[in-house]
Amino acid sequence: MSVTTEQVESRVIETLASFGPDQSQITRSATFEELDIDSLDLVELAQVVEEEYGVVLKGEDMKDLKTVGDAVDLIVERAG
Amino acid sequence: MPDLPSQGCALVTGASRGIGAATAKALAADGWAVGVGYRSGEDEAQAVVSEIESDGGTAMAVQADITDPEAPDALFGALERAYGRPVLCLVNNAGVADDDLTPSLSDEAWQTVIDTDLTAAFRLTRRALRPMMRARSGRIVNVASVVGLRANPGQPNYAAAKAGLIALTRNAAVEVARRGITINAVAPGWIDTEMTHGVDQALLERVPARRAGTAEEVAACVRFLTSDQAGYVTGAVLSVDGGLAA
Repeated sequence: MSVTTEQVESRVIETLASFGPDQSQITRSATFEELDIDSLDLVELAQVVEEEYGVVLKGEDMKDLKTVGDAVDLIVERAG
Repeated sequence: MPDLPSQGCALVTGASRGIGAATAKALAADGWAVGVGYRSGEDEAQAVVSEIESDGGTAMAVQADITDPEAPDALFGALERAYGRPVLCLVNNAGVADDDLTPSLSDEAWQTVIDTDLTAAFRLTRRALRPMMRARSGRIVNVASVVGLRANPGQPNYAAAKAGLIALTRNAAVEVARRGITINAVAPGWIDTEMTHGVDQALLERVPARRAGTAEEVAACVRFLTSDQAGYVTGAVLSVDGGLAA
């Protein structure tokens, strides 16, 4: 299933915002640490991503993701 | 705290008899649509469903061998389709015992009890947390045992599984607490059900309350822990044992 980067970015930002951070703070370059997004939030993000894009993100994938942009790019790469 | 039974449904494993059956009835009385889980006791499970329905509740029997890795998806899928809402209450009650002293306990007896009493509960919990995290609410109650807290010669496998279940309860509870999900355990002592029918009556003399408990007394505790009022109780182990573990 092909998705556009814009679609994925928008969905990721929306999902991350539901974990607490202010949507205006969630930019591609923002780090999860700055946004106070922790491993439980990332597990939930991975579940959303799997349900909507069929992309499976495992623990070891998530460890290397530092910024919102990292996550968006990985999802788009795996979905393509 | 919004009314949980209206947002989700419940699954009780091992609910064709004993503590599970009493728990299914108690949850149904609280307004939950209940999946009465069973492995082989279809007639008994249907009898529990009938009793719930004649009291005005909602229930359905759902079959699975919970040691099958596919069982959680099958059980949860069946309930989600039937009731049109996620499982937001899980009671890991199904359990077996296969007793022997440690020097002679077989590998098979060890593994069967670990698989049913601990591993299955982990898999069901893992599956349950998915919709619960999305819903920002949920209740999981694990039926452990006094034997997971205090030694009881002849049950090393059961004791290990139940102690493991208590540790899993605490660990998972703190991981997901901020999502409005509570995970607790009840630790029944000697309860008057089929599982304890072979038990030496002399053991009851060691119980401070000098009697066995009833399945309904355990179910009442599970009912409290799954209620909206128990939202600040998590990672707890509630002994229901007439003082045995005290």
